[in-house]
Amino acid sequence: MSVLRPLDKLPGLNTATILLVGTEDALLQQLADAMLKEDCTSELKVHLAKSLPLPSNVNRPRIDLIVFVVNLHSKHSLRYVEESLHHVDATFFLGKVSFLATGAGRESHCSIHRNTVVKLARTYRSPLLFCDLEIGDFRATMAQRLVRMVQICAGHVPSVSALNLLSLLQSSENPSLEDL
Amino acid sequence: MRREPAGDVGRAKEMDETVSEFFRRTILKIPMTEMMTILKTWNVLSENQLQTVNFRQRKEPLVQDLVLLCEVTVSFRDAEENAVWIRIAWGTQYRKPNQYKPAYVVYYSQTPYAFTSSSQLKSNLPLLGQALTIASKHHQIVKMDLRSRYLDSLKAIVFKQYNQTFETHNSTTPLQERSLGLDINMDSRIIHENKIEKERVQRVTQEIFGDYPQPRLEFAQYKLETKFKSDLNGGILAEREEPLRCLVKFSSPHLLEALKSLAPAGIADAPLSPLLTCIPNKGMNYFKIRDK
Repeated sequence: MSVLRPLDKLPGLNTATILLVGTEDALLQQLADAMLKEDCTSELKVHLAKSLPLPSNVNRPRIDLIVFVVNLHSKHSLRYVEESLHHVDATFFLGKVSFLATGAGRESHCSIHRNTVVKLARTYRSPLLFCDLEIGDFRATMAQRLVRMVQICAGHVPSVSALNLLSLLQSSENPSLEDL
Repeated sequence: MRREPAGDVGRAKEMDETVSEFFRRTILKIPMTEMMTILKTWNVLSENQLQTVNFRQRKEPLVQDLVLLCEVTVSFRDAEENAVWIRIAWGTQYRKPNQYKPAYVVYYSQTPYAFTSSSQLKSNLPLLGQALTIASKHHQIVKMDLRSRYLDSLKAIVFKQYNQTFETHNSTTPLQERSLGLDINMDSRIIHENKIEKERVQRVTQEIFGDYPQPRLEFAQYKLETKFKSDLNGGILAEREEPLRCLVKFSSPHLLEALKSLAPAGIADAPLSPLLTCIPNKGMNYFKIRDK
């Protein structure tokens, strides 16, 4: 299956699965470790991929949340994320996709402008999170947020759905020019 | 240049003032406690000569005595097998040799290679080349585009000795476990979707860079004189006929190791551009690139 769809599989019992997509494996691995350290009532599974499409013929659980990780220091990472987005079904973008930009803290190393990822996230109507994944404390905090988000997206938090979360996150942004 | 026998240095009838001053200052920097050790290590003065000097004197008169025994302008030393170390202080007809800015050359007599330090006086380089050519009985000397601060690395590249695999105790573990260090303590709740691709990258990197530690270089410089090529149709530079001149310089405390780690780290695709990977093979790290 070349395109990821959010509801093409049955959920696993009490399982929440997050897919991290990004070129820098070491960063993803560290974030995954940080997430698994968190106390979580759900059974958490973390999948790491450099890009989409994912290999077919593999038995994998239903993916509840996709996080696209862009390193602002690397145009290479942005390119892979942009190409991967074509392999995600539109229905995923109803609260089950998020963007994560890392490296904003070291401005001199940034080769991607902040606005580029802001526009990308806006185009796909998905939240954009900033976090310097190289810094342990920031990474731990982000891990906490992501664990909470994936639990919501998996439906494990009563009366909050992925769509609720999406509208909550977006209403705090300034309205964009197109929306006005 | 006449080659002096090992351990001896040529002597002048009169000691040149600048030379003696240089020598004096150099020795004054040595603490008295280390004086004997260092002089013995230098091996510039023979045992007999050292015995004639009274080391119980105060530093100033001691240094005077030592200065009287030596001369420095061009000197040679046989430090290791087949290697001649040469120190040259340059001067002109009108100026005395500048002892404070010497050039050093190492010549490996069994090979057609000599390594020189970067001298402040670039104009002397052709002279040096001539002298080396004549002294070593060759016809011609060619400057290689290979520069580094690490002589051992230059030697390794030039003598093609860098590609020896280490026999370590864990050389029998399969490639995957050895290089993907992060996986060893991996949680089973983490699944790598692109395992096959990762393995391919490791394999390709190993094929190109090998298992051995890379020789140490700090720079790779590419002088481009090529026409601008663009994927986009149109654009200001697309129709320019003249070649674009630009300089791309990579710098790193250990360039080749850094390049080797690019693809496994996910920062670049494997295989890397041959312009980067050919450096040890071609023995060059300064390139001029033109359109064919």
